[in-house]
Amino acid sequence: MANIITRRDALRLTAGGAAALALAGEAGAQVPRTDAGAPPFNPEKGASLRILRPARFVEPDETIFRANVAKFQETTGIQTRVDFVGWEDIRQQSAVAANTGTGPDIVLGWAEDPHVYVDKVIEVTDVAEYLGRRYGGWTFLGEKYGKKAGTNNWIGIPFGGSTGPLVYRKSALKEAGFETIPNDHAGFLKCCQEFKRINKPAGFALGNAVGDGNGFANWLIWSHGGYLVDEAGKVAINSKETIQALTYLKDLYATFVPGTLAWLDPSNNRAYAASECWLTANGVSMYFALKNDPGTRAVAEDTEHQFLPFGVVGKPPQASLIINAMVFRHTKFPGAAKSFIRFMLESEQYDPWLTGCLGYWSHTLRAYSKSAVWSSDPKIAVYRNGTENEFWSGYKGPITHAAGTVAAEYVMVQMCASVASGQATPEEAAREAERRARRHYR
Amino acid sequence: MATTTQTAAPHWAHVRVQPNWLVRLFDWKPLLIVVCLLPAVGLLMVFLTYPLGLGIWLAFTDTTIGKSGQWVGLENFEYLMGDPQFWQAVFYSVFYTTVATVGKFGLGLWLALLLNNHVPFKTILRAIILLPWITPTVLSAIAFWWIYDPQFSIISYVFVDALGVRDTYFDFLGSAWPARWSLIAANIWRGIPFVAISLLAGLQTISPSLYEAALLDGSTAWQRFRYITFPLLLPILAIVMTFSIIFTFTDFQLVYAITRGGPVNSTHLMATLAFQRGIPGGALAEGAAIAVAMIPFLVFATLFSYFALARRKWQQGEGND
Repeated sequence: MANIITRRDALRLTAGGAAALALAGEAGAQVPRTDAGAPPFNPEKGASLRILRPARFVEPDETIFRANVAKFQETTGIQTRVDFVGWEDIRQQSAVAANTGTGPDIVLGWAEDPHVYVDKVIEVTDVAEYLGRRYGGWTFLGEKYGKKAGTNNWIGIPFGGSTGPLVYRKSALKEAGFETIPNDHAGFLKCCQEFKRINKPAGFALGNAVGDGNGFANWLIWSHGGYLVDEAGKVAINSKETIQALTYLKDLYATFVPGTLAWLDPSNNRAYAASECWLTANGVSMYFALKNDPGTRAVAEDTEHQFLPFGVVGKPPQASLIINAMVFRHTKFPGAAKSFIRFMLESEQYDPWLTGCLGYWSHTLRAYSKSAVWSSDPKIAVYRNGTENEFWSGYKGPITHAAGTVAAEYVMVQMCASVASGQATPEEAAREAERRARRHYR
Repeated sequence: MATTTQTAAPHWAHVRVQPNWLVRLFDWKPLLIVVCLLPAVGLLMVFLTYPLGLGIWLAFTDTTIGKSGQWVGLENFEYLMGDPQFWQAVFYSVFYTTVATVGKFGLGLWLALLLNNHVPFKTILRAIILLPWITPTVLSAIAFWWIYDPQFSIISYVFVDALGVRDTYFDFLGSAWPARWSLIAANIWRGIPFVAISLLAGLQTISPSLYEAALLDGSTAWQRFRYITFPLLLPILAIVMTFSIIFTFTDFQLVYAITRGGPVNSTHLMATLAFQRGIPGGALAEGAAIAVAMIPFLVFATLFSYFALARRKWQQGEGND
């Protein structure tokens, strides 16, 4: 997942040079909306807001977001400042804001953050319920990450989620003798073996790649029915399902293009663009980068997307990287903060943002599945319901920082990589992952 | 007579103007010392002692990002003692430092000796030699990341596609030992200029008359190196080696940019592991504990360089006087 959709690409794709905003204004009309009356909150007089959010991955994410903020400032007269900080730094900055009780009023942080600072943020149930009524309810992950565990109280407002399903070359699949990619393990293995046989191998990141590596490792375990922790948050990775998954990986890894153990996040994009790898998993950004580069347009035309094989679970075993807004208790203007969140998620603002990002973020309010972006290119349809996936980082446990830490520490990825490289048996690898996960879930 | 002199005396006495209290205050040595030292001590305290002290303090707590910790004594260290990843990082840090230092000094000394001769375009050559050192590490690390890429390596391209002497691409970073050696090679490449230029400076302080005298005595090139160049170079060698060991042992950027410690943690240095655990992993205290665990190694390396290499006995085979 690399930063490769530029604003120019977005404009060309969405509106042929016209401002994406103007176009998406019309597009917003397609999103069904129910009249939910006046919102039960109002901005305070003379309010001002400071907002912190992660830097863009795709350029329109930032430009359209900024344009929407400017519009908010214009219509409400509330002074609003947005700061973009690096993806790696936002968690630390949220921690400082939460602990010192100063700084930004709203942080658009990572999925777990509102749950970590649950006693430092205000409840936003009124905003969530208002928006839910207006836009057809919240998606599975929207609700999961928005509500405080086991209650109906909302502490975060998920803005969107990013997923990485299978990306493959149609021609290779056909040459390998398949119509679609099989949805079961044996079939998928057979398919990858055929890809290897025709010398157009598959490849999934097994290096320390936060996005792609964790995505693959989670899929492998979840699709076999395994999970990191149980509902109570007790580590349950050392299970027979995990061992089965790791044993399966040994065969699957043999079909990969060489070097996947060293792959970082951008590696699969490069290999795929150069036709060294013909089947991988990635966010939508790769497809658009290929499509917009005249040198790789042929690759893009030959590209298709599909869910990762369901395996034994019967639904897409894939999580979504959620961006979650929270309002800190130290804000002087909770009403203004709530109004800001509402404003940004209203279709006049949200739909252009969604459309401009070309499917990079999947929406969290169900009505947006009617957004024009999802029909603008049939190949990105698989990203549409990314936040309906019933899996999350740290599945099946409660939402805590530990899940984020396990991902950042590559516990699952390294468990898989140690088996793939032959450094450990599946049993040893599962035990080691259990030992490490226990440290974070203690 | 006596009376006249007595009356004249006060007139003759030099009237000393009493300096005002401010001048006297600043002439008072203890105060002067305090005032002059204060800025330096202040800077050191704020930017050196405090972070170091805080790091050591954190190592004995259970602080994570987002939660201020409590004193837990040696718990972090106890956990690390039983953590195979930590020991792997200790092993690789020592191995990396040793091999890279030997490589850098072998090649650096050789390069310095070559450059010390009269060669055409000497100044330009010396400037070019410095290039790897002045390139920001992250940039050279990214260059090496491409050189070692499993699919797009220039080395693989030359051997497989251009020369056709191999069928498969090199897998530099895909398994533990090749990855370790690849990183060491990148570190040596980066470190040579520093060693070479420093040693070259040392070589130029050696008086040519010593070599002339040795030539008159019929010495061989090896003898001149062994009995003149090497002993006279040892003091500067000791200093350069101390620096080099410290830089190498605490290296971070090369490893983090090229492998992030992978494959499967086999290339983590203590510095990268400390960062990984502390910042992305959020376990500040554990990261601090790993960083604190580096201190004994660094102190040992420094003491070794100063007290062993700089000893006269080693240099000239004499007593410890």
